[in-house]
Amino acid sequence: MLTMTDEQIKKAADFFTQEIARLAGQRSIRLMEVCGTHTVAIFKAGIRQLLPENVELVSGPGCPVCVTPNEYLDTAIAYSKDPQVIITTFGDMLKVPGSSSTLAQQKAAGADIRILYSPLESLEIAKENPDKNVIFLAVGFETTAPLAAATILMAEKAGITNFYVLSAHKLVPPALRVLLMSENSRVDGLLLPGHVSSMIGVKPYEFLIDEFSTPAVVAGFDPLDILQSIYMLVKQIHEGTPQLENQYRRIAPPRGNEVACRTLYKVYQAVDTVWRGIGNLEGSGLGIREEYRSFDAKTNIPVTVEVMKEHAGCQCGQVLCGTLLPTACPLFGKTCLPEHPVGSCMVSVEGTCAAWYKYGAGRWQG
Amino acid sequence: MSSERIQMAHGSGGKLSHDLVKNIMWPAFANDILGAMHDGAQCTINGVRLAFSTDSYVVKPLFFAGGDIGKLAVCGTVNDVAMNGAVPLYLSAGFVLEEGFPIEILKRIVASMQQAAAEAGVYIVTGDTKVVEKGAVDGIYINTAGIGQIIDGIQISGQNARPGQDIILNGYLGEHSLAVMSERHGLEFPQTVVSDCAPLNRLVAELLTAVPQIAVLRDPTRGGLATTLNEIASQSQVGIMLDESSIPVSPAVQAACDILGFDPLYLANEGKMIVFVDKEYTAEVLRIMQSHIYGRESRIIGEVVPKPCGQVGLRTRIGGVRRLDMLIGDQLPRIC
Amino acid sequence: MCLAVPGKILEIQDLLATVEIGGVTRKISLMLLPESKVGEFVLIHAGFAIQAIDEEEVRKTLELFKELEEYADHDR
Repeated sequence: MLTMTDEQIKKAADFFTQEIARLAGQRSIRLMEVCGTHTVAIFKAGIRQLLPENVELVSGPGCPVCVTPNEYLDTAIAYSKDPQVIITTFGDMLKVPGSSSTLAQQKAAGADIRILYSPLESLEIAKENPDKNVIFLAVGFETTAPLAAATILMAEKAGITNFYVLSAHKLVPPALRVLLMSENSRVDGLLLPGHVSSMIGVKPYEFLIDEFSTPAVVAGFDPLDILQSIYMLVKQIHEGTPQLENQYRRIAPPRGNEVACRTLYKVYQAVDTVWRGIGNLEGSGLGIREEYRSFDAKTNIPVTVEVMKEHAGCQCGQVLCGTLLPTACPLFGKTCLPEHPVGSCMVSVEGTCAAWYKYGAGRWQG
Repeated sequence: MSSERIQMAHGSGGKLSHDLVKNIMWPAFANDILGAMHDGAQCTINGVRLAFSTDSYVVKPLFFAGGDIGKLAVCGTVNDVAMNGAVPLYLSAGFVLEEGFPIEILKRIVASMQQAAAEAGVYIVTGDTKVVEKGAVDGIYINTAGIGQIIDGIQISGQNARPGQDIILNGYLGEHSLAVMSERHGLEFPQTVVSDCAPLNRLVAELLTAVPQIAVLRDPTRGGLATTLNEIASQSQVGIMLDESSIPVSPAVQAACDILGFDPLYLANEGKMIVFVDKEYTAEVLRIMQSHIYGRESRIIGEVVPKPCGQVGLRTRIGGVRRLDMLIGDQLPRIC
Repeated sequence: MCLAVPGKILEIQDLLATVEIGGVTRKISLMLLPESKVGEFVLIHAGFAIQAIDEEEVRKTLELFKELEEYADHDR
């Protein structure tokens, strides 16, 4: 919707780039983005090329696939082997490695696994296959979780009884808190996920200033949105006045989407959950409420899951917290490659390692 | 965690497809002609230089805006042969038909093949038909092989890219992929999205006659523009720098990609070709291409650079640089 | 986790809208944005409209991006 000529785009980009360099000066600045979509957008726009060497952009735990422990995948894979089950999933999950297999490999071996664009498609599949159990792999942060909740409500309304959800939804603000509390982290500013914010609003991030005095900007996804957001962060750091700003007002109003949040919390409630590489975070996940348990896969469909194995040497945890660069992981580019990933950071399209591998660490060596 | 079974990703034309051929077929069939790694084979029989290529067509749906499996089967092989700097002459056509397949539809497809062959000026001179039980194939699969004579004095190879060359593309990306995908993904496209499937051999012949100095020709089919350019950069051991603003993608294709999470640079095309030529000949190449029905939207999209070797970069609209890697598996609709 | 695109609502039937995105049309659910009206621009994620797009803010953003040097002078 931002229609600009190439010349106008370049001029605006030049302005932000120059100002970022000017305001950053000699100061060493480390900014973190916590949205996998930002990770990819930054690489695709070639933004690192435009930043001075002293302004570093690291990725945080913003890839919902990457922060999901092997156990979830192992459960999904175990379900896929059940001939009574049809797995429905977003494409993002297909190649994620569990302890010993992937959904793509199970599909090749004959499992009924269907990629969908919208969770609602699961309901059509459930209606067409009344003798099967349709299990939707519900992964994602606050942008996507309300959609799973809405789908459950639709299923309830339509009287569909063979639709289930295997949930691994997570919440962003608790992860941010843990990141900033960790002694290893040195985050000078945060690029906040614009679309998560379009759902939850801006208020949930206030603690970043109140408790941690960390500059934070709700950022959009257009290359200029990201450049402007980085400029806003660097400006805050330069002026020494940490604030919570909203660069993405056109799409993320301060109050968010109240209908979506009500829908979400009608079906789900905050629960403790394990983040891969980080551990158990209090109140950081979403579990289905008692009254909707009839839609929960694990409660209703028995399954035997193999004992989870984490691959020795996998450093996804540290990479996810921005404390280890992908290139510093001993497996990166050697035993851990996009075509046979060891950890989830490498497999998800927006996983930090996959992005670094694909886009070459962000700086073109021409 | 190596896979022991074929996955869909092995057919996408990206790295997995490449590795499959490299690790299984090449070692088994090992010979110099195969080892040259052209899109088709270039061989010499009694002093006559020939280009020989084959492809199988399994597209679903069978009929789509701008074409059908038959037209695709002819144009695809005609183009593969032509991209070797050859004039395609004869095609073979092998059909594998599912029991129960409607004969009326077979007639339509065959008629379409003849129409495409006539336009290209090639003859389908031999073929085969097999029928298998219901369920063993999905409707119809077609294999075509083509043979043509390499134009005198022409040496086209993926190893010929050199710094100082411009890279020219003849038009919009992703049109074929989107035309085929629309049904599958529940998207309704405006009339403008039509498969670009077309025989490019006459355009190629015209170009090579006027500018025999053309170094590389390739059609960016499976794996898209990015994968094809990576192959060439690797074979020639050069770098490539593209200009994002110059790469033509229609708003409809861009929108569909934005919705599904696809990247137009990795989408298969059927009527597109890339030309590498020394800068002094660019103007002439453009003039010829833009005067041709299948080249009206031709433009320079980038150039060959000395380094980094084997890598493809894209200068983005905001002035940054993005590295374009090969497609690894296949593009899947995503939400992240 | 946030792949979403803007689209314009062409028609609404119950809570199902036909939207147009760059010339491509698609049906999406308005369950999470029930107050939407025909003609409005919405953000679409995985088959749902998740937020209304504030056209005035779009205009302001565009204006800012196009006239950055002017705005910059206020800051320095």
